[in-house]
Amino acid sequence: MPEAVFVARSLTKIYRNADVEVQALRGVDMTLYEGEVSVLLGPSGSGKSTLLNILGGLDSATSGDVRFRDHDLTGASERELTRYRRDHVGFVFQFYNLIPSLTAWENVALVTDIAPDPMTPSQALALVGLAPREKHFPAQLSGGEQQRVAIARAIAKRPDVLLCDEPIGALDSATGRVVLEAIERINAELGTTTAIITHNAPIRAMAHRVFTFHDGRIASQSLNAERKPAREIVW
Amino acid sequence: MRALDRKSWRDALRLWTQIAAVALVMASGVMTIVLAVGAYRSLLETRETYYDRYGFAHVFASAMRAPNRLRDDVLAIPGVIAAELRVVENVIVSMPGMAEPASGRAVSIPDFSDPSVNRLYLRSGRMPDPARAGEIALDERFAKAHRLGVGDTFTAIMNGRERGLTVAAIVLSPEYIYALGPGDIMPDDRRFAVFFMPRSALEGLFDMGGAFNDIAIRLLRGASEQDVIDNVDRLLDPYGGAGAHPRIEQLSHAFLDSELSQLYAMARVMPPVFLFVSAFLVNMILSRLVALEREQIGLLKACGYTSLEVALHYARLVIVIVAIGLIVGSVVGDWLGQATTRLYSQYFSFPFLVFRRSGDLFAIAAIVSLASAFAGAFKAIRDAARLAPAVAMQPPAPARYRSLIGGGAARRFRAPPLLVMAFRHFVRRPLRSALTTLGLSMSVALLVTAMASLDEIDEMIDIVFSRTERADATLVFAGAKPPSVLDDARRLPGVLAVEGYRSLLVTLRNGARQKRAAITGRPRGADLSLMLDRNLKPLEAPDHGVALTERLARHLDVGVGDTVEIEVRAGKRRTVDVPVTAINKSFLGLSADMALSEIDRLAGDGPRVTSASLLIDATQAGRLYEKVKKTPSIAAITLQGISLVRFHETIAENITTMTVIYTALAVVIGFGVVYNSMRIQFSERARELASLRVLGFTRLEVAGVLFAEIALIVVLAQPVGWSVGALFAWSVSKGFESDLFTIPFVMHPPTFAYASIVAVASAAATGLIVKRRVDRLDMVRGLKTRE
Ligand SMILES: Nc1ncnc2c1ncn2[C@@H]1O[C@H](COP(=O)(O)OP(=O)(O)O)[C@@H](O)[C@H]1O
Ligand SMILES: [Mg+2]
Repeated sequence: MPEAVFVARSLTKIYRNADVEVQALRGVDMTLYEGEVSVLLGPSGSGKSTLLNILGGLDSATSGDVRFRDHDLTGASERELTRYRRDHVGFVFQFYNLIPSLTAWENVALVTDIAPDPMTPSQALALVGLAPREKHFPAQLSGGEQQRVAIARAIAKRPDVLLCDEPIGALDSATGRVVLEAIERINAELGTTTAIITHNAPIRAMAHRVFTFHDGRIASQSLNAERKPAREIVW
Repeated sequence: MRALDRKSWRDALRLWTQIAAVALVMASGVMTIVLAVGAYRSLLETRETYYDRYGFAHVFASAMRAPNRLRDDVLAIPGVIAAELRVVENVIVSMPGMAEPASGRAVSIPDFSDPSVNRLYLRSGRMPDPARAGEIALDERFAKAHRLGVGDTFTAIMNGRERGLTVAAIVLSPEYIYALGPGDIMPDDRRFAVFFMPRSALEGLFDMGGAFNDIAIRLLRGASEQDVIDNVDRLLDPYGGAGAHPRIEQLSHAFLDSELSQLYAMARVMPPVFLFVSAFLVNMILSRLVALEREQIGLLKACGYTSLEVALHYARLVIVIVAIGLIVGSVVGDWLGQATTRLYSQYFSFPFLVFRRSGDLFAIAAIVSLASAFAGAFKAIRDAARLAPAVAMQPPAPARYRSLIGGGAARRFRAPPLLVMAFRHFVRRPLRSALTTLGLSMSVALLVTAMASLDEIDEMIDIVFSRTERADATLVFAGAKPPSVLDDARRLPGVLAVEGYRSLLVTLRNGARQKRAAITGRPRGADLSLMLDRNLKPLEAPDHGVALTERLARHLDVGVGDTVEIEVRAGKRRTVDVPVTAINKSFLGLSADMALSEIDRLAGDGPRVTSASLLIDATQAGRLYEKVKKTPSIAAITLQGISLVRFHETIAENITTMTVIYTALAVVIGFGVVYNSMRIQFSERARELASLRVLGFTRLEVAGVLFAEIALIVVLAQPVGWSVGALFAWSVSKGFESDLFTIPFVMHPPTFAYASIVAVASAAATGLIVKRRVDRLDMVRGLKTRE
């Protein structure tokens, strides 16, 4: 049994806006393990992103406990959460969120500049197969390439965990496959604990562990006895 | 260079036009600080150094004829360190090649030593030798105006006799930094000669052996001026003392003061205007940038950048703006400051120039421009720093619009939908729209303020020359003369009309309040020199009692019906209570007026006149001048027409320079505000405008949406600018008020029109620049813009 990286217990999250209250998480218990790829499935609005944001230190829970290894994320201050993101977490988002005024290489450098033990931006870009596009600006790259830059940026700091929120949501399946292969390769070569949110059910096949979400709760959880390489998944 | 630093540079490059526009406004603010404060300090320092090195006096007094033995008594007054007992006489100077006579002032200097106060700066030559008849040290300005050099000669009527004078030295005196001839309203270098003669020579010419009629006293630091003045008055009273006065009432000093206060006023009004506008522009640009980059900010934070790092990232852009503004403003301001100081030191005569480039000034400019830029940027930077990373990833809620006058109104009045769009956008952010309007109105206000000062000069000339001083020439007599001199004047060639006036130096008192001033006695039915009432209508001197000018009445705190105590100093010293019977308006000096017969009674020495106003036949002027030059009883002649022409010449160039500078500054503000406002609008509405193009609207119609809103702002800015400008102009003209002159507060319609034309034209030109962008609007990309 591998070591637990994240342990969440009875997590709830309530968004309070001016006039409405939304209960996004209604008591989530989950554990993510070292070196594993987990896939989080579920309908839109079921709370996947909310959970991932809390795990990644972008947001905090309303109640419950989250631990990352020996860090308690629940009561962490803004400053501690920033430190935590800086040192341990890599994010990939649906809309890539590259800085348009920086080249691919520079977008990656944004992270290597502040990380304690990063690889070089070129190494990171090579890992996602983008070595030849280092000097391109985001506007000169295709969607799939932009997402791979985002992955390179996320892993360049050698993060302990890689959190991907709908990384292929905006891509066609051929391009999406290339992106998933990149994530798979990172996990295999660097052993980075990875969580992927998606609403494409077939992708569960590449995971060690699969969670399904429903209405702010984890509806089911399963282990794959056998994983399928991303290359072979069709959706 | 770190990746985030590169982003800063690229942002700055991308936004360079907007940054340049703000930086230019900020540079103007810095420039006005460096220029005005720099020139102010340099002149002040130059004057202080000059005064100090050349022992400028603190207390001045004149008398009819006082014995030299008073010297010991004067030196015994506590606080007095030096006193110069002098003979000072007004003379008439005749220059070859100049038909009209010039006025001259002869001042005695010790035969073999430097004066102990008001020492002379020797520009060239050597001090006059008492053994050589007629040697003088001549003031540089007159020498320059007539190209006189050491060794040249000219003649003067001194005590009724024509004397040949030889220039032994060209000098400058701290007493005549600003020199105004007797009876003159403005300086004319050609027509006023100040020269210095050895005491023995001058007293010989004027029968002043063993006596003096003027004294200049230098005090110890911290000595009481008033005590010294009282003591000097007591000593000089028996000898026709005209009342001692402190340095602040000395003509040259007072004029310099008023010139300095003009610079100071500029330093006070202008920079805040520019700094306010640039703060507002920084606010607009940064708020927009932060709004556009929400997701990037979220990403930076997700990657582990701290709030501080994010804040610093945006602060860097502000620093770029300030740095450009500061460098450009300092360099230009410093350069203009030197030029201005040099110009001033030529206008006034200073022997040297202490140009102060004080580091603290640049530090102050840096601090205030940084402070104002950050005041403008504060909210945007704070918003960026506070943005929670998870929230930043989500697009902001769609902008809320509202219908100001009920949704139905637009439909009922069939307002074109494009116009409705423009108007709704305008009212959507009322604060920003109001600030934009206010920012643009500053451009109008600045010009209104500047142009109003020209209106005021015009008005002043009109009042002084066509409504009050209507004579062609004024003869100033050497002392008070019996009215028979008027008959002599009438017989002069070309004289058409003559009116005699009497001026009497007095001290006016009401309780503890007192003021030294000259009372003018006016003949009944006077027509050549008029008094004006508060509505600027001619006012006859009251039959009895005294008329005071508004400022003097205010100073003494009296009104019509009150009584003032008048102390007559000339002749027999006496004090009389006189009722105030009228208040009049005057823009020059502090004067009081009475009927001629009343003033004669007050003085108690029978009918006398001190000057005669003349109407002359211009064709006979040459002969008149020749005659005047040879008439001993005439101490000076003032020529109003020539003064006016000279004045117009001197100020015409200044007016042009000033108009160009202020117009440029107004255009800088107008451009900065309109350009940024339109660029930001365009960026906010790119998607909306692209949609309009997709729907089939023409480029012109689409640009019209942007233009309609800015046009509304431009229109609203006009009345605001006029009002603010009028307020500034009023405060500037109030700031000018001194005992020497009061500025009439007037503004003519062309002033407002000019300011508005400049504002509208610069807005329109700026609009055209932005329109080129609208024309290049890419429909497809516009639609892809998120938000
Ligand atoms: N910042 C927010 N403010 C208010 N409600 C939110 C916010 N973020 C998410 N929600 C709500 O919380 C619920 C869960 O959202 P999310 O975690 O994004 O779901 P998923 O990623 O599974 O689609 C949804 O109902 C969503 O509308
Ligand atoms: Mg989601």
